[in-house]
Formats: sequence, structure tokens, C-alpha cells
Amino acid sequence: MNKFISENSEWTFELIEKYDAEIARIAQSYGLDTYPNQIEIIRSDQMMDAYASVGMPVGYNHWSFGKQFLNVERGYRRGQMGLAYEIVINSNPCIAYLMEENSMTMQALVIAHACYGHNSFFKNNYLFKSWTDAESIIDYFVFARKFIADCEERYGSEEVESLLDSCHALRNYGTDRYKRPYPISAAEEKARQDERAEYIQRQINDLWRTIPRGASDRAATEEHRFPSEPQENLLYFIEKNAPLLEPWQREIVRIVRKIAQYFYPQRQTQVMNEGWATFWHYTILNEMFDQGLVNEGFMMEFLHSHSSVVAQPEFDSPYFSGINPYALGFAMMRDIRRICEAPTDEDRHWFPDLAGSDWLSALHFAMENYKDESFIQQYLSPTVIRDFKLYCIVDDDQSDTINVTAIHNEDGYRQVRDALAQQYNLSSQEPDIQVHEVDVRGDRSLTLHHQQNSRKPLNEDTEEVLKHLHRLWGFDIYLFSYNGQEVEQTIRIPGKALSLV
Amino acid sequence: MSYIIDRRLNSKDKSAVNRQRFLKRYKKHIKQAVTDAVSKRSITDMERGENIGIPQRDIDEPAFGHSKGGVRERVLPGNKEFLSGDKIKRPDGGAGGGAGNGSASGSGEGLDDFVFQITQDEFLEFMFEDLELPNLVRRQLASTETFKRVKAGISDQGTPNQLNIVRSMRSAYARRIALGAKKRRRRNEILAELAGQEGSHEPTVLALREELVVLERKLANIPFIDDFDLKYNIHKKLPQPSSKAVMFCLMDVSGSMDQRTKDIAKRFFILLYLFLQRNYEQTEVVFIRHHSTAKEVEEEEFFYSRETGGTVVSSALKLMSGIIEDRYPVSEWNIYGAQASDGDNWTNDSPICHDLLANDLLPLLQYYCYIEITDRGHQELWQYYEKLAEAHGDAFALRAIEDYADIYPVFRELFQRQSNGQPMSSGS
Repeated sequence: MNKFISENSEWTFELIEKYDAEIARIAQSYGLDTYPNQIEIIRSDQMMDAYASVGMPVGYNHWSFGKQFLNVERGYRRGQMGLAYEIVINSNPCIAYLMEENSMTMQALVIAHACYGHNSFFKNNYLFKSWTDAESIIDYFVFARKFIADCEERYGSEEVESLLDSCHALRNYGTDRYKRPYPISAAEEKARQDERAEYIQRQINDLWRTIPRGASDRAATEEHRFPSEPQENLLYFIEKNAPLLEPWQREIVRIVRKIAQYFYPQRQTQVMNEGWATFWHYTILNEMFDQGLVNEGFMMEFLHSHSSVVAQPEFDSPYFSGINPYALGFAMMRDIRRICEAPTDEDRHWFPDLAGSDWLSALHFAMENYKDESFIQQYLSPTVIRDFKLYCIVDDDQSDTINVTAIHNEDGYRQVRDALAQQYNLSSQEPDIQVHEVDVRGDRSLTLHHQQNSRKPLNEDTEEVLKHLHRLWGFDIYLFSYNGQEVEQTIRIPGKALSLV
Repeated sequence: MSYIIDRRLNSKDKSAVNRQRFLKRYKKHIKQAVTDAVSKRSITDMERGENIGIPQRDIDEPAFGHSKGGVRERVLPGNKEFLSGDKIKRPDGGAGGGAGNGSASGSGEGLDDFVFQITQDEFLEFMFEDLELPNLVRRQLASTETFKRVKAGISDQGTPNQLNIVRSMRSAYARRIALGAKKRRRRNEILAELAGQEGSHEPTVLALREELVVLERKLANIPFIDDFDLKYNIHKKLPQPSSKAVMFCLMDVSGSMDQRTKDIAKRFFILLYLFLQRNYEQTEVVFIRHHSTAKEVEEEEFFYSRETGGTVVSSALKLMSGIIEDRYPVSEWNIYGAQASDGDNWTNDSPICHDLLANDLLPLLQYYCYIEITDRGHQELWQYYEKLAEAHGDAFALRAIEDYADIYPVFRELFQRQSNGQPMSSGS
């Protein structure tokens, strides 16, 4: 007698429960440690809403989310884009949205992928652990939404909208890359908000005090530069030091900053996160088949969908749009298992510690302690480089040709690996712009320094972003773009005659 | 442990607010697109949404980033014949290995515009924005002659004809339960004690029997219905502004009107019709066409059949006046007239038209507008109508149209919010 859980593609709530129970059992046997799951079945139009709010189950209102929504809607209506089968939120309990259109097989795949794959990644990866607090994030979103709605009521929605525009323009500059932040807690936020507002205002008043003090006192402060060290976290700097902002405006800057911080780990772990989740849905569903819980029809449908998810178009294909994180991540996760279980001589040479060790704990260790950049640097093996036929090009605008510097051969493995790791290094992908100095005793202007990376210039949005910064700061903004020691470009946003569209 | 939740019945349109904010922010763009669409669209086509395109650069959210140039190292999959040290000629356009996530559209199609759809309602909303039917509110308030009874809740006082039986019975039932509860409980206790002691003559049993009789009597005495159980419906009389409109379309179909002219006229009528439809619960249209004689016709015939003959505008006005008298009492209907013509009229007829309108029709009408579709100079009819416009500026308007694209601006102008008049809130 067979013990298939289901034999056709219609799903019901009972079946989802049964599948979930089996998947949970298998996941546990592999040591996947997860938050409790909250699986929500939604319609496709709700999925579009979820899409538009970029992963916030409770979002504040802003036109840019409307734009996002229209974009998704159009793509979906025209059939240019399929909706993702699932969206998963890094929260406790971990919320996963499943679309009602999915077949039973797809629901099972999604449960394995999101509710056990991503979920365990969220709970155990060091970046998520140190940058996000899954317990309180939903409360924080609710707090943010309410706070911004209240501000709209009190200060007018245009005022709030333009402030949010400015904050959004800088939201990638709202994290300290090297400092460990405090996790956000909604209850605390609320309790401390007034206190903080008042305190900050006092600090700022102090910083900008214009009443002359005693002579000796003055001499001491004049040599003191502000800020004493360059600051990379522009939003934090604004929140704490902008002279003209009202307390509620500082709070909104903080909200945007905190939410950006919440998403910061996701931006740095795409390959790993997707690779991990894909590896586990693949492993778990195969295990289910081996245990006789699902039939061949189920597997056929699953494998069809799985193989299109992990397809990697080649660079000259019309479908090519960069390296597919699912494909690379899945290949690398599988490769780690292979190296542990059946190492070749080459593997033994490249990964002496890994070869022959326990694959499960090796994989868990990799998932817990790396981000994309370091994960690739550490684990990208010659096998995967060969499978993907990876090669490295250098495009130098001072040279007439594009040069191939390394390919998938003995001489090239290391360079390809370094280059690919760099490709996932946020701090080399985004311009390095820092607050250099504030003219505290003079015109209060704010000076930013940009240090060029490989002579890459700033894009044409720069001036527009600086106008937003100007709106927040309230006084002149200077930006110097350095190539080494030389200033390549200077932008000044003046205090007056400024119009933001 | 997993919780599985069915969210499918949750509210729709979580993004509606954000969508509205987007529309509001790009109102200027959308309005322009709507205006263009109205002048281009065919008549049967007014009631649908529209694709709006906004230049991508206008809606971009700026962010710091790298632009082309400098030294870029990139890793690509799928190498076939390259060896390290190879030099590849830079592809044209120089996008080569650059530009971030490489969103170069492969199909060669420029994806410059951000395109999205607005719904039919939004389309019309944008089209009708700032417009308001002239004199609408004034007329509504002044000529309220119908009333509507609306429910205004429940009261303890009222007349028998307002009695709310269900509510009254419910409160009587509640009262009976409340008043009898203690007694019934005691009676049940006694009955339980007495059970099996039918023949007994013990004093305690006798006392219980006696008490039982008293209880039964008291229970029976609780009235089935009492004065204060009675509940009455209250109704309020609300003045009901007339919510019906009739629109008279008058058109010259004499030989001098060619199909194109009629087509322009038709668009104008359509706009007016759509507009009325949004402001009144019920809108009727009467088509009157005329050459030397006037006739009430169906829409199809109105626009597409051809007739020849002279032109006597007054015949149509007379017919309109007759139809109003027969079928559309002013007390119930808001009456609008729209006349389209190429300006031709029988020589001596224009003064008659003037008098007919001034004396018989305009006092009955909310609004009458005349559009002249011609690229020639104005003739006698126009001059007489101009006099009317001077004397009855608030209820009469005339405009000249030359081409399709003129219709919408003219339409807007005709129904432009009247800033000088009394304050107007939006209709109905």
C-alpha cells in the first residue's frame, strides 16, 4: 500500500498541514533550526501588494511603493513576469506567503524552501543575528507606520513625503559597516522616543551654540574638528547632528535608517540565502520521495520547476542578466557536500579541512558564519568554476579593448574567485562617500569626501541626492570626489535658490 | 509548529493608498496623457482606462552609484573560446562590461517610459476634474420639491402606524424572561420536590402545592406585551434634490453638414452625456435632428443617416419645447440642451430662435450650449446667439470648434468651475 500524502495537484489546508509536518520532520533530522512558521495563503493581487511593499508586511505609506506596485501590476498583467511563488519575512514567527494559484507540489516546494530553508538562515546566519531582531520587527513596522501616519496628520502629508524622499535617497548610507548595531525593539523605541528627541535637541543646541564663551574655552574648541573622524553612516549623522530638523523629522530619519538596517543583511547574503534554501528544498523533497511520501508525478513537477529556478544563462544568451544567485548558491552548497562526501585529489588540495569531514556540520558552519563575499572567497571551488565556465574580464576605459584576465583553468581559479567575491562586496559596489567635516563655526556647511574605487566616477544622480541631503542638513553641501590624493570632481549645493522636484 | 492561515478573504487593495499617492504626485503627467487620449479616442471608447506613460527620468528615485568609466572587473559565466590574455573589441555603445546590473534591454526596444494603467473611473475623473455643471447646486436647492423618507432610528414614542413589530416583540420577550425568571426557577424546584408525592398530604407538601398555585398565577399575570415594550420607527423627511437629468442633443443634418462635422459634434455630445451620467442618478438623452423640419430620432439615425434640405433651426427648438412640456416636467428633471451646427440657418429664422430660447426655453433649462463647427466666418445665427449669451451668461454659452482636438478644451471651458458665482460643492 502506498503512503503518498496526495496524488493530484489540488491543495487543501489539510494537505498543507500534512506536508508541512513531514517536511518539518525531515528538516529537523537535518538539524535545521527555525523560528515557528506562520504560513499565509494569499491571492495573487495580495501577492502584488506584498511585492510592492518590498518585504515589509506592514509598511508606511509613500508614493514610491505605489510606483513599485504599478510596476509589478503591469509586468504581471502583461505576462512579462511571473509572481514569485512565495515571499518570506525575517520575523518570529517567520511569515511566509503562499499563493493560492500554486499546485500542491509548488506549495510543498515553497514550504521547504521558505519555511525551513530561508527561515533557518534568518535564525542562524551571523549577519541576521547581529543586525536584525526577528522578535520585534513586526512591532517596529507597526510603530513606524503609525508614527509616520501621525506625522502626516500633524504636519501635512506633503511635508512628510518630501522628507521621506530625501531619506530614501540616502537609505543605502544608513548603516555602519563595521560597527555592531543594537537590535531594534519596538517597545523600547516608543518609550525612549520622547526622551531621545529632547536629549538630541539639547545636544544639537549645544553643538551649534553661538553665544561666545570664555576665551580659553574657545581656543580649545577651535582646534577640535567635527566630526573628529569621518562618518560613513550619513543618515545617522543627519539624525544626530542636522541643525534644523525638528524632533519628529529626526525620528523619521531614524525609521528609514532602521528599516534599511533590517534589510542590510539580505542585500549581502543573496547567493547564500537562496542557495541554502534551494539546497534544502531539493534535499528535503528528494528525501520525501525516497521515503515514499510523494509520487513520480510530484517529483516531475518539482524537478521541472527546480531546474528552471537554478538555470544559469550564459553571458551571450539573450536571457542573461547577471549571475543567478539561486544557481550559484545551489551549486556551491551542493559542492560543499560533494567535497565532504566524495573529495577528489584537487579538492583535497584546495580544501584540506573540508574534504572528508561531516557534510552536514560543514554546511551549517558555512551558513552561519559567512556572507556572500566571504562565502565565495572561502568556498568557491575549481569544480564550480569549471561547471559555470566562469571567466574574468577587465574593462578599463583607458584601454581600447576589454581584457580577459583569467578563465576557468589552473592559473585562473584564484583570480576568478577573488573577482567574483569582490562583485558581492557591497563596499566596492557602492561609492565610498563619507562625512568629512562640518564648518561648525562658519557657514555650517557639510563636506563629504568620495574616495574613488578603480577610478569609477559618480553617477548623474549624485547632484540630485545631494539636494536631498541639503534638504535634511539645511546648509551648503560640498562633495569632493578623490582619485587617490587628487580631487577629480567638486559639487556644491548652495543654500539658496534650490528647487527639488 | 506551523500556523497556517487563510488570508485570501483579507481586504483587497492594500496598495491603494500608495497608488493614489503616486497618481497625485504625477498628476500633471497623467492629465496631459488623458487630454491627449480624449482628443484621439473614438466615441464608443470613452469608458475605459488608459495607459499612461511617464518618462523614466521623471520618476527615478536618485541614489549614489557608479557611472560608466574607470576600471571594472567582472566575472561572467559560459566562457567558450576566451583564453586569459585575450583582448576583446569593445562593443558599440560602450556598455560592454559596465553598468551595474546590466539592464541593457536585449530586444533593442527603448524602455524609456514608465507605463502604467489607470482605470476607467480614474480616467474619467481626470477628464472631468475641475468641471462642474453650471447652476447645479443652486438649482437643486431652489427647486427641491420631492422628499424622501429615510429611517432615522428607533424610538419609544410614536404613533401606531410607526410601530416596529419585531423590535416590540423582542423587547416584550426580554421583559417576560427577566420578570419571570425567579418565579420559574422556584416553580421548577417545587415541581422537582413534588415529583412522586402526588397522593401525599404532608403539611410541607401542601404548603408547596399552595406556593405553586400562587407562582403559576403570578407567572400567568406577567403581561404578554406592555406599553413600554412598544418601539416605533422614526422617519425623517429629507429634501431630495431632483436626481434626474435629460439632455437634448440638437443637430443640424442638412446637406451642409458633412460626416466629419457630425463626428465632432458627436464627441461633444458624448462628453456631455458622460458628464451628466456621473452627476445624476438617471440621465436620459433626447436626440433631435433637423433640416427644414425637426424630428426626434434614435441615436443611430441621429448620427449616421443623411438628409438633404434647408436649415430651419427654430423647428428643432420648437420640438424641444414641446417634448419638455409633454414628458419632462421641470419640477422633476434637470434639463440640458446642446446644439451643434455648422452655422447655417434660414435667413429669417435666427431672430425666431433667439426669441424662442430667451422666452420659452432658457427659463426651463439648467444650461444650453451651442457649438459651431466650422472654419468659416460666423453667420447670422451666431450673432443672435451672442446676444443671448450676453443676456443669459449663466445659462447659455456658445463656442466655435474647428477640429477634433478643440473639443475637449472647449468642453472644459464651457463647464469650467464658475469661480465668480456662488460656492459650489460637487453635485448630487
